[in-house]
Amino acid sequence: MSDKPEVLQGTLALMVLKTIEAMGPLHGYGIARRIEQTSGNLLSLNYGTLYPALLKLEQEGSIASEWGVSENNRKAKFYRLTRAGRKQLDKETRDWEQTTAILARFLAGSQGPA
Amino acid sequence: MKPLRAWMLRLAGMVPNARRERELADEIEGHLQMHIDDNVRSGMSPQQARREAIWKLGGVESTVEAYRERSTMPFLENLLQDARFAVRQLRKNPGFTATAVLMLSLGMCASVAIFAFVDAALIKPLPYANPRELVAVFETTAGCPLCNVSYLNFRDWKKNDKLFSSLDAWSYANYLLRTPTGAQPANGTRVSDGFFRTLGVTPILGRDFYAGEDAPGAPHTVLLSFAAWQNRFGGRPDVVGQAVTLTEVSYTIVGVLPREFHFAPRGSTEFWVPLNDPSAFYGGCEKRRGCHSLFGVARLKDGISIQTALAGMKVIAEQLGQQYPDSNRGYSADVLPLTKVVAGDIRPILFVLLGGAGLLLLIACVNISSLLLVRSESRQREIAVRGALGASPSRLIRQFVTEGLVLVAAGSLLGLALASWTMHLLTALIPADKMNGMPFLNDLALNFRVLAFAGMITLLAAVLFSLTPALHFSLSRSREGLAEGSRGSAGKTWRRLGSKLVVVELATAVVLLVGAGLLGKSLYRLLHVDIGLQPDHLATLQVTIPNTNLTNERLIALERQILNRIASLPGVKSSGITTSLPLSSWSIASNIRVSGRPSNGERNDVPERAISAGYLTALGAKLIRGRYFTAADDDPAKPRVVILNEAFARKYFPGEDAIGRQIEYEGSHNRMEIIGIVEDIKEGQLDTENRAAIYVPFTQDWFASFNLVVRTSQAEQSLMSALAATIHQIDPDIATEAAATMTSVLDNSQAAYLHRSSAWLVGGFAALALLLGVVGLYGVVAYSVSQRTREVGIRMALGADRASVYQLILKEAGWLIAAGIVIGLASSVAAATLMRGLLFGVQAWDLPTLGAVATVLALAALLASYVPARRAASVNPVEALRAE
Repeated sequence: MSDKPEVLQGTLALMVLKTIEAMGPLHGYGIARRIEQTSGNLLSLNYGTLYPALLKLEQEGSIASEWGVSENNRKAKFYRLTRAGRKQLDKETRDWEQTTAILARFLAGSQGPA
Repeated sequence: MKPLRAWMLRLAGMVPNARRERELADEIEGHLQMHIDDNVRSGMSPQQARREAIWKLGGVESTVEAYRERSTMPFLENLLQDARFAVRQLRKNPGFTATAVLMLSLGMCASVAIFAFVDAALIKPLPYANPRELVAVFETTAGCPLCNVSYLNFRDWKKNDKLFSSLDAWSYANYLLRTPTGAQPANGTRVSDGFFRTLGVTPILGRDFYAGEDAPGAPHTVLLSFAAWQNRFGGRPDVVGQAVTLTEVSYTIVGVLPREFHFAPRGSTEFWVPLNDPSAFYGGCEKRRGCHSLFGVARLKDGISIQTALAGMKVIAEQLGQQYPDSNRGYSADVLPLTKVVAGDIRPILFVLLGGAGLLLLIACVNISSLLLVRSESRQREIAVRGALGASPSRLIRQFVTEGLVLVAAGSLLGLALASWTMHLLTALIPADKMNGMPFLNDLALNFRVLAFAGMITLLAAVLFSLTPALHFSLSRSREGLAEGSRGSAGKTWRRLGSKLVVVELATAVVLLVGAGLLGKSLYRLLHVDIGLQPDHLATLQVTIPNTNLTNERLIALERQILNRIASLPGVKSSGITTSLPLSSWSIASNIRVSGRPSNGERNDVPERAISAGYLTALGAKLIRGRYFTAADDDPAKPRVVILNEAFARKYFPGEDAIGRQIEYEGSHNRMEIIGIVEDIKEGQLDTENRAAIYVPFTQDWFASFNLVVRTSQAEQSLMSALAATIHQIDPDIATEAAATMTSVLDNSQAAYLHRSSAWLVGGFAALALLLGVVGLYGVVAYSVSQRTREVGIRMALGADRASVYQLILKEAGWLIAAGIVIGLASSVAAATLMRGLLFGVQAWDLPTLGAVATVLALAALLASYVPARRAASVNPVEALRAE
């Protein structure tokens, strides 16, 4: 497991938001599993780190939570996207795409002459 | 917005919340259950499934911890924890804590309270619009540097001036207010029409005086002060338009001035009247250009400096001097900031007091610093242990800083509360008539400037008290804490720094003591100045006669009647009348010339008092030559006579016999024959030089308001009510006020009052400083003794006797005391030179004072060191060594 890359600083929030957008209201465990699956099990996610991240997003008003019951009848807190969260997701997606595009161009450029 | 919202939530999260904790536990439990379910489904054993789930989570505890950190503010949380720890530490040592907090709050209280006075009196004494633009304008001659301007000159100034946006004038007026219960004296002020617009004050009710309302002959109108409106008219809103009778003249009330308005030079004014009656005052003297009765006040035009305005006014005065040489030659003009004129008297005193309070604060801070040093010295071991157990240096320093901050916070809050109380106490101690002259002190408050000042002190103290132990810590960290802290060698840092601090304390205490001593001596000298009269057994009373249909003959008859009736009162030995009591002012003056001497146009303005025949006898003045007035001199038909004071005779008739010679008012040819010379009576303030003055018979020139002076063989206080009653028997409409004994007139005179209050306050500071300094010294010596117990034990075991132990300890203390006293004496001469303006009859280097202070301090300090030295000498060597 240790050879898998850790979650990049700052990207976890984006992943959480995107996951909730794609899946609808979801509990912490579900979000964690989904992120791992989506990454094709390439990412090593310490599930524990997810909860402070969720709390931060909730404090910032991007997501809201309420108690519910999971598919196999376990009590769980479900997180859903708020309107502000949707806006944040759009913005961060755009920013991230721009960053990766720039970085890709750099990497492509430095490959040529070498 | 988002970070702010998150921040607020986290701040709220600092409050412990059981529900949130429970929900978190539930959520993590749910998480684990779901994970375990999944794992079991994929074929793991229940134990394995659980272990894997927890491992994947990264541990339950650390998750909860990370979550908590996010939900609150770890930094603040730590700070609170530190603060709680600090409070616990400080409570473990209540003696140290109480001493430190008390000392800081004392220093804080003194400086904040005094600063509040400085703020009220010097920073914002004028409750007017743009007070910086306001100036006072005076006429000035050699004999009268800040003289009143005459009515006609004021009119010409106003016509010619280009540098003021407005120029106005005011003048005293005393009225008799007619009330249903008889006439009551009331203070008024006559002002030119734009006076309130110049100050930037608008009535809260009715209207201001309109332009031209001060033209002679304009209708009689009056503006009420807020207090007069409340007290005399019950605050009724329909007061505007009503009539009020002031000294038999009916005035229409046109408005009421705001509550916060005050005008310090006329603090007790109830009635503000336009200056449209120049013939009604001072016997119509205002119609003459030489009659100086007004005070000028002006607002500078934008961008015009006081110097420019002064130059402009001088030019105008010069032109007037050429135009009207008889009255104006030798007169120029002066322009001063109004603030300075209003609060000029108490300005130097407040600065001295602020300096004194600052020194007290310094002593307090030094004292606390050395306490903190001792404390951290004795905590070496604790710190070393905590360091060894893994506390990082920064964490330890943060602990010191927090402790300092907790101390400072407690001390400052207590100090602020004390200051607020002290301010009320001090203002309550100011008598009402003094308060009338300083109405700005009513605005005394813990306003934002005072709080900012307090905040600055707090900040400085916080830096000092957190840095001292932190510095000590970093200095001593190079040493082996555990070994060093064990016992034996007394703290080197302490020896190096701590003990030297007490020298600063002692020196500061010396400075304050010398200051107090000099001010006290000044006060004594002031109260024992030769005032040329015998103040004991002398009662005084101000009498005002309504001036309806008052003729010279009727006034003389009334005076005679009053004096005769009073003479028959039991115990009365003699009585008399004067236009102005001694110790008031030298400035009510006339321009005098010795008859027969050529005049080269110079002015000889000498104070003049109109007195009745028995006045000088009643005062107990000393006649040098000639005679006093007799009743016969009162007759206006007889040749005019005059009595000189010694200063006049010396100045104008040096080496000659003045008796029988004549003097005259400049410009008149009414000669007065000199019939007597009296020893100088202090007509002005106690701290002024005697000036040439003349006394003329009261009825040669009559006044409707005068002061009665009565000498009695009984206690003068008992005479007061009888005096007023006797006068009211003659005519109930005659107003009497300001009944006082001459002793109290002397004690309460402006100069004595100012000197007394500053002497007492600085004396109080000095007493506190002495106490703090001695306590500080005691602490230093006691600590040094406690550190040297083993050394003393060894010495005694080796045969040293008690005397040599005393010597050992007292020698160390003696050096500190000597250094403190020497440095202190040198600094106090410098400090006293700075405040020599407040000293009277005593030099800054007054040797008896310096000697007395040095002795007092040396004795107190030796006593403070003797107590611990005694303890050292009574050490049992066996026990001292065993204890080690």
